[in-house]
Parts: sequence; C-alpha cells; structure tokens
Amino acid sequence: MTQQNVIDDLKKSQILELLEQGKRIDGRALDEPRKLTIEVNAIPKANGSARVRLGETETVCGVKIQPDRPFPDMGDKGIFICTAELLPLSHPSVETGPPGPDVIELARVVDRGVRESHMVDVSELVIEKNKSVVGVFADIVVVDYDGNLFDACSYAATVALLNTKMPKWEMKDDVPTLVEGAESDLPTSTIPVSVTMAKIGNFIVVDPNADEWASMDSRVTITTDSDGNIVAMQKGGHDGFTLDEIIKCGELSVKVGAQIRETLKQATEGSQ
Amino acid sequence: MGGRDSTMVLLDENGIRCDGRKIDEPRRIMIKAGGLKNADGSAYIEFGDNKILVGVYGPRDVHPKHMSNTDTGILRVRYHMEPFSVGERKNPAPSRREIEISKVIKEALLPAVILDKFPRTAVDVFIEILQADGGTRCAALAAASVALADAGIPMRDMVAACAAGKAADTIILDVNNEEDQAGQADMPIGYMPNLEKITLLQLDGVLSPEEFKKCVETGIHGCKIVYELQKKALQEKYFQNGGNQ
Repeated sequence: MTQQNVIDDLKKSQILELLEQGKRIDGRALDEPRKLTIEVNAIPKANGSARVRLGETETVCGVKIQPDRPFPDMGDKGIFICTAELLPLSHPSVETGPPGPDVIELARVVDRGVRESHMVDVSELVIEKNKSVVGVFADIVVVDYDGNLFDACSYAATVALLNTKMPKWEMKDDVPTLVEGAESDLPTSTIPVSVTMAKIGNFIVVDPNADEWASMDSRVTITTDSDGNIVAMQKGGHDGFTLDEIIKCGELSVKVGAQIRETLKQATEGSQ
Repeated sequence: MGGRDSTMVLLDENGIRCDGRKIDEPRRIMIKAGGLKNADGSAYIEFGDNKILVGVYGPRDVHPKHMSNTDTGILRVRYHMEPFSVGERKNPAPSRREIEISKVIKEALLPAVILDKFPRTAVDVFIEILQADGGTRCAALAAASVALADAGIPMRDMVAACAAGKAADTIILDVNNEEDQAGQADMPIGYMPNLEKITLLQLDGVLSPEEFKKCVETGIHGCKIVYELQKKALQEKYFQNGGNQ
C-alpha cells in the first residue's frame, strides 16, 4: 500500500465520522457547492473564454470558431466539439502523453452535457449546406486540481460559450470568406449546468473536493437545462446508488443547478 | 522572414513602433510568483498579450526509471500551447516547434539550476501558453526561472529573457508578433545577469556584424529589465513588505 493510500484511508474515516455528525471536512453543508469564481474573456485572442475556480480547482476554457467541412451525414448542421485536458502542472500525479480513461471520460461527459442540452444551436452554423459549416471548438484545460473536474470544466465551457462572438463567413468562389465587422453572439439557448454528487458511505455530498473525491464510493454527474429538465447523466465509481438516492440526486441537481445558473448568468451579464 | 514587403508601418518617422512603443521599450510585463495549489513552485507571466502559466514539480522520483541519473537530478521541460492560444485553433498534440522550444528552454535553465544534490530525481517544468503573441519562449523562460525559485530549487542565478530584433532597418527591443512576422530579424536571448552568461540564443533573420552586436546588447538590456521584475515577483511573495528594507 502506498503512502498516499494510507493517507486516503485515514482521511476517509475522518470524512465519514464527520458526515455522521452532519458535517463535511471543509465545513460546508452537504448540499453546498464550493465558491465559484469566474473571469470572463480571460483569453482575448479566443472567440470566447472563461477562467473558472471552483474551490481550488481551476480551469480555463477557450472557444475557437472557424469554417469547417460538415460531417458527411449532417450537411445541414454546424460542428460543436468540446475537449478537456488535464495539464501536468495541475497535479503531481498527472503525466504528459495521451489522455487516460479518466480524462477521456471527463471530456466526453462535459461535451455531452453541453451538446445534449442543445445550448449551441448547430442548425444556425451553416455557411452553405453540405459544403461548408461553422465549427465551434471549446477546449478546456485543467490548471489546478482539487476534485470535481466535471463541474469546473462544464462551467468554464458554458460561460465561455455564453460570451462567444461568432465571425461571419460567406461563400465566394466556393471558399468560405470572412465578412469583416459582422460578428454576432454565438446562437445559444438554454444554459446547461452540471452538478456532481459523491456518495460516501450512505451520504450524498454535492461538489466533492479532492479529499472527498478520493474517498467516495460512487458519484453521479447530472446536467440540467434552464427549464429544470435533466439532459445528461453519468454515474461513476465502484459502488452503486439505490433508486431513492438517484431520485434525491436528481432533485439536488435541479436545486443546486438553479443557484449555479444564476452565478453563471451574472458573470456573463457583468461582462457585457 | 518573408514579410519584408509588408505595408504595415513598423516604425514611424518619430521612432514610434506599431504598438506605440519606443525602439528600446519592452511591452508591459507582469510576473507573479506562486498561484497554483498543487505545484511545488509556480509562476504566471503576462508579457504584452502573452499569458503563460508555469508549474514546477520536484525534485521527485523519475518515471520512466531509465531516465534517472545516479550522479545528478535531471531537468525536464515541457512547453505546450493551448488550442485556443493562437489565431487559428492549434492541434493539441505537441508540434515539432513545441518540442524544439522545450529543449532550448531546458538548456537555457540547466546552467542555472544546481541538481547534483538530488541524484536519481527529476525536476519537471511545465509551461502552458494560455495566449501567445510573439516572444513566448522568452516570456516562458523568465516565468520558468521564477517558478523554479518558487519551488526552492537551488540556483546559481536567475535566468532572465527578452528578445531583440530588427524591423524597419532599426534594432528594436522585445519583438512583438507583427514585428516578428513583418520584421527583418528576431533574436530571443536568455541571460543570467549576475554571472553575465547567455544561456539561450537563437536568431532568424539577417544582421550585419555591427547590427548583431547591437542586437545582443539590446537584448541583454531587456533581460536586465525582466530580471528586476522577476526579483520583484519573488520579493512580493516571500517578504511581507514587498522586499523594501
């Protein structure tokens, strides 16, 4: 057993003892997310960007927009792609090289949350049907790790997209040509918010920090849209949830999601 | 350097450059020591519109093990640009350019760090370019030195860095992106101000021997300006009174 595992085991019993008394290791209520700090347009060279701190987890998202060829079976829709990368400076255990399963899951879950909410209206991203469309790339990097990357990445992507200015292209001689000074807001509708909950023992905690993340038995990430619908979910970890627990998590994700959506909106409005 | 016929006015009749600077004036530079929770040492630099984050880990175990050296610690540097850091989205995979820059930055830092007290270990320097605007390698090198000092790695001297170059037939300090694209020469310099040693030197462009000498001198002058800001960043973190005696 490594030294880290021993520490995790000791921490876990401490976390569990505290939870029995209704407390968390960092003093939060069980359904209380950490402080969310948002810097909008942190990367002026990107078409949209945000630097987000959730507790001490820090992420940066930059959105790049450029003309692209449509996917063969979707000539009447633009392209939306969301990636996430765990940078080696974010934690001592992160190594350079191709991403592992955890990071691939992270990127796919964040992508799914934004995609399935239909936040970005890809049908408005067509320059010429079947020939040329607009590609929207939201690239997220994790700069500092303190647990719950799912939500920190998701918030960064959402705020960056809400603040994205889209250039305009027109077809000239079969080539998409930039129209100067014709920027508009990226067509977005609903605001997806993911809320990740960890199950530790028989307790459900919202927005687990690094210690809670290392001690949890299982987790679930639930994304809701502005109407309070659930649009995406991902369960992880080595244990399961009961039906009652999952229903409770669904309710929590709507309630906590609504608070966070207000914070994301305020950050966006404050910048305009 | 194919942009010599550019129509952009790089230097006007009053000796003012395209971004409003004088010929010997660097861009706005802000350096902050620390800032990352997990890294053993870190630094953030804004050098004009460049925004760069550096994290240092170590001395720590070497993986893969065959890279370790029984006589000394090793230094590893990764320079990496985010996909959103440049005009057109960059493929996230490391490019040949990034691999070369990682190597020259490593070799610019090696003369400064004292690693023989840490055999079989590695010091890892991770450089992340959040936004690039010409001169990233110098800004990255300057920030990496501060992050190494912040990590408590013993050093012989700080490595300061600044580029000099030539645009509109004039030697200028701190070449920006436009001057790099349309100018005549770009010479990034890394320099240890107390040991008076140049540890990074590259050049692309054409310079006469006289211009070459002037360019190196101009670059070293810029390094000395950067050095003061590096010291200030560390003093602000480690002395409550900001280093004022």
